[in-house]
Amino acid sequence: PPAVRTSVTFRYETVYRSTTAREEAALDVATAREADAALHSLQDASLGSLTVYVVPENSSLLPQGVSVYVGKHRSALVRAGGGLAALRTRLRQLTQVMSFTAGSIAAALSDRTPDSQLGPDARRHLKSSLGYEITFSLLNPDPKSHIVDWDIEDAVNRYVQPVLDKLSLLANFSVDSQILYYAVLGVTPRFDKESSSFLLSAHSLPHVINPVEARLGSSAASLYPVLNFLLYVPERSHSPLYIQDKDGAPVSTNAFHSPRWGGIMIYNVEAPASPQASLPLHVDVDMVRVMEVFLAQLRLLFGLSREELPPEFLLESPGNEGLADWELDRLLWAHTVENIATVSTTLTSLAQLLDKIGNIVIKDDVASEVYRAVAAAQSAVAELATGHLHSAFQASKEAVTSSERAFFDPSLLHLLYFPDDQKFAIYIPLFLPMAVPILLSLAKIVREARQRKKEPTKMD
Amino acid sequence: SHIVLMLADDMACNPRNPKPATVFSHKNMELNVYGDDVEVDYRSYEVTVENFLRVLTGRIPPSTPRSKRLLSDDRSNILIYMTGHGGNGFLKFQDSEEITNVELADAFEQMWQKRRYNELLFIIDTCQGASMYERFYSPNIMALASSQVGEDSLSHQPDLGIGVHLMDRYTFYVLEFLEEIHPASQTNMNDLFQVCPKSLCVSTPGHRTDLFQRDPQNVLITDFFGSVRKVEITTETISLDGDLAGFESKLPEDELATEPLKYAEQLPVAQIIHQKPKQKDWHPPGGFILGLWALIIMVFFKTYGIKHMKHIF
Repeated sequence: PPAVRTSVTFRYETVYRSTTAREEAALDVATAREADAALHSLQDASLGSLTVYVVPENSSLLPQGVSVYVGKHRSALVRAGGGLAALRTRLRQLTQVMSFTAGSIAAALSDRTPDSQLGPDARRHLKSSLGYEITFSLLNPDPKSHIVDWDIEDAVNRYVQPVLDKLSLLANFSVDSQILYYAVLGVTPRFDKESSSFLLSAHSLPHVINPVEARLGSSAASLYPVLNFLLYVPERSHSPLYIQDKDGAPVSTNAFHSPRWGGIMIYNVEAPASPQASLPLHVDVDMVRVMEVFLAQLRLLFGLSREELPPEFLLESPGNEGLADWELDRLLWAHTVENIATVSTTLTSLAQLLDKIGNIVIKDDVASEVYRAVAAAQSAVAELATGHLHSAFQASKEAVTSSERAFFDPSLLHLLYFPDDQKFAIYIPLFLPMAVPILLSLAKIVREARQRKKEPTKMD
Repeated sequence: SHIVLMLADDMACNPRNPKPATVFSHKNMELNVYGDDVEVDYRSYEVTVENFLRVLTGRIPPSTPRSKRLLSDDRSNILIYMTGHGGNGFLKFQDSEEITNVELADAFEQMWQKRRYNELLFIIDTCQGASMYERFYSPNIMALASSQVGEDSLSHQPDLGIGVHLMDRYTFYVLEFLEEIHPASQTNMNDLFQVCPKSLCVSTPGHRTDLFQRDPQNVLITDFFGSVRKVEITTETISLDGDLAGFESKLPEDELATEPLKYAEQLPVAQIIHQKPKQKDWHPPGGFILGLWALIIMVFFKTYGIKHMKHIF
């Protein structure tokens, strides 16, 4: 394995200033949300930077019991009070939430860290890629009982597209959808008499995905990583179906997800009012409820979670955009670091390959890709050191594209292992018969030349 | 999970197979291993050492479809199973080429450097199979072979109705063992190492675990077989505003007037047919050719007499 010396240092640059008159006016509103909106129009916050406003302790902007309010753009409001030390603690907690942390950088470099040093969170999130393909699938195992209609195109345009537009800086996204009939889950749920419903326990969930994966047709999709979101409408004989978590309680979202793969949600159809209702039942899927879960799963797959917050923090919901600006920044920081690490590993490994096998031919375009990758990586590192996140990210993407193209070029395959005994076995039968007359003639030439030298002395 | 299957011979659909589209493990016809969901990705002449190494290392031409690629990342556990005729340090492909243990070890090292696998299980069923895993040097590889160096792996039983032996002994007993594993099974690798002792297999199966970081006792069979994934319950939701009044649907703009493409004008035919051939740089002949010719000329003139040289020069 390549000898990797990884050293990453990070620092937060803090600038203190007093508020301008316009910012004061913006803060002079009733709620924190309005303040956030007003401040956003004033700011010229570049990618990766945060603005924190410290408001007086008795300010009414922040609700009771809340000392930090995190907006959905790049600003936050912190309540002063409790002394400078308390304020500093709050600011430190805020940086941990809103910007990159030692943990998130270590997770981005998980390729280079030995397994023992990684936490359980590492390697769960999607790897940095130039694009992702999202596939929404509706699974209807019982078309005789349910005719399921989902207006996926409208839902994608309304709810999914805004989120993907927000994420478009990060990668290219493409969306497909499909409906699969007679696709069953691989696990039989058990009937629970108390709630008269069917339950899937948490430990049977890992076995659900594989049987259905073969039907999803992901082999026809693009070369980007595919994220599958499945909506399963249980059969009439197994309705209603709930997922149980480890403690036996039913899960409110009725959904689960698998890191780096996607998510599955179970959509229960209400039993018809009268038992003699004619089959099949027509089902109109409530796309809002479904998309709330799928988009939450998409956020979790990328590593954006809002669960562990310090107390007294209030996070503004990003609404239909799906994620706040500072969450996008977090992703960009992690992906930039990951890209640069990947480029250096790839190029080092390529150089070692060339050292080992001296007679590989490097084509000109491979060489130019390597030069381009090195230049882009150097510029990415320089930009990252000065905190210019946008240009650092673009440079790192370019570096990764070039280095991957150079490393995986089909011309670099080497089948050049010649063991010694094979060399003997091949070349001796070929050249020995040809060499015998040549060598004998050479010997004759040498003998005659020597004889001629002696002849003048003999022929007297 | 994703399966890439390379079959050099098509036994199931061979015209001489009296039970077409089936390959049974035993003449009692209980288990059809060529079942309903077998999908052959590389068939007959596509099964070459080059293609195999291309799949492993990822140096594949861009036009290759997704099903023919190994789409693995640093969290993937890979199982590689190879069978055929082999010898000390090689496995035969297509009766005309071989893959050596050194090439295989180098390919795995290339995979490790690009983090194309988390853990790799390598099972080989050929004669002297243990020689194939001797040269591995990348971490996280566990290997099993059907026979040691110097031993032959034998086949199980013939089916006289078809006329060939159906399956190798080691593969037969491993298959029997695996048929009893279900996705929730807790059987570990040590049980897999015990499969097919010398009394049943006649050859001595071998295994290699020194490169593997975890203890084989703690490695479940389902880590490599059965694709049991880690899942998490989704406990968060976001809140979406369902009634967006001011929603504008982003339809593509159809206002650009584009000329309809005509078939005949898609290729610059005039440019192509009048292309001059690319000038290849002229290289002087290399040392070997020069030496060979010098030798031949010298021998010629020595044999037939030096007097001919005068007429040339």
